[in-house]
Amino acid sequence: MFDSAFVFGELLPALNRGLVVSIALIVPASIIGFAGGLALGCLRGFGTPWMRRLGDWYTAIVRGVPLAVQLMMIYFALPKIGIYFEPYGAALLSFILCSAAYHSEYVRGALLSISQGQIKAAKALGFTTIQTVVLIVAPQAARRALPGCGNEIIYLIKYSSLAYLVTCMELMGEGKVVASDTFRFTEVFIAVGAYYLAMVTLATWLLHWLERRFRIPGFGAV
Amino acid sequence: MAAQEIVLEVKDISKTLGGKEILKNCSLNVARGELKVLIGPSGAGKSTLLQCINCLIPPDKGEIVLEGKTLDRTDKKSLCAFRARVGMIFQDFNLFDHLTARDNVAIALRKVRGMGKKEAAERAMDELARVGLANRYLLYPAQLSGGQKQRVAIARALAMDPTVILLDEPTSALDPELVGEVLSVIRDLAQHGMTMVMATHQMDFARALANEILFMQNGVIIEQGTPAKLLAESATTRTKDFFTKLTSELE
Repeated sequence: MFDSAFVFGELLPALNRGLVVSIALIVPASIIGFAGGLALGCLRGFGTPWMRRLGDWYTAIVRGVPLAVQLMMIYFALPKIGIYFEPYGAALLSFILCSAAYHSEYVRGALLSISQGQIKAAKALGFTTIQTVVLIVAPQAARRALPGCGNEIIYLIKYSSLAYLVTCMELMGEGKVVASDTFRFTEVFIAVGAYYLAMVTLATWLLHWLERRFRIPGFGAV
Repeated sequence: MAAQEIVLEVKDISKTLGGKEILKNCSLNVARGELKVLIGPSGAGKSTLLQCINCLIPPDKGEIVLEGKTLDRTDKKSLCAFRARVGMIFQDFNLFDHLTARDNVAIALRKVRGMGKKEAAERAMDELARVGLANRYLLYPAQLSGGQKQRVAIARALAMDPTVILLDEPTSALDPELVGEVLSVIRDLAQHGMTMVMATHQMDFARALANEILFMQNGVIIEQGTPAKLLAESATTRTKDFFTKLTSELE
């Protein structure tokens, strides 16, 4: 039976509280994560050999260890060396570190697709390597990486639900508490799922808008 | 003839790539206002020589002297300053795909020359007008024809007030009907005294405008002289054979 007192009085207020926290995790993590991934991708593509190696190791480690484990490490292990995070801070940091690594892979792929000719032309005009990367390569690579990076942001929305593991009370966390209190698992998780689906739909729409907004005129597929 | 002021000296450039000797002790002197034309079969090393001059391909040995000053290739700052004074036109244009025609021309003015945004945009418009593209300034490279792209590339090089411009087969990637518009811009530059070194297969252009033709084969400059001398009726030069061969292929 549809219990409107439960749904409107208990479930939705709790999920709305969680939604606010989820958005507060997802928005900065996706923006900072993308910027970090762009920088990391450029370093891995154009940096000095030791920078490249460092970037490759970082990516290998972050991609190779489950996010849940990284989250646990940041929240429970870092305090042992005197670095403390609130649950929210720990979750945000681990999401940024993780998505930057994934974004850097998309960016690196996009970098390789920028023609060597443009890089030569920039150098021939007197650009330094850093200017060439920042002014010529990165703006184009960012556009080309956008579809892949958008995919990563969609993943981020969903893996942000892992934050409840370190007691950060976002959407999943709030939902779990209500479910444990009331044993109404079905209603609660259908609602939680619908919230995530709504966020993903909105993000997909936003990302398509961004792709259109930054499309280079005359260029078929960017 | 009055004493010529040599602006660019290329001394004994050699380059080996992948175990193959691409350039063998190539030297040339370019006087101010002169158009030197490099011709020769594909794979002769023309493009490599041009790219060695501004170190896009670092030569294995040899020296580059611009207006009396020897380039120190190991110093990045002076290499950038050197390149800013040597324009380069590529076979496939190499415009920056994410910038409009105007911004393609303006970006180096701002970031290399340190010009203000407005001043750079105005200068860019002047240069686009010079190559006949003033009304195309807001278009992106993908919206321009090949000939228009190459003219934007020429405007981009001109805006830097280069001491010399290197042109690497500027019309080879163009559809035949678009070659003329680009050559006419280059002809105009030559007639206004721009110093240029150009690799090309446009024989009539070379014959009409070159102060000197350099014929390259297998990485060596094997003949050089004025078009009149190399292409005289009675001449028995490799250059003339090459000319005749290309011309007869066209007919």
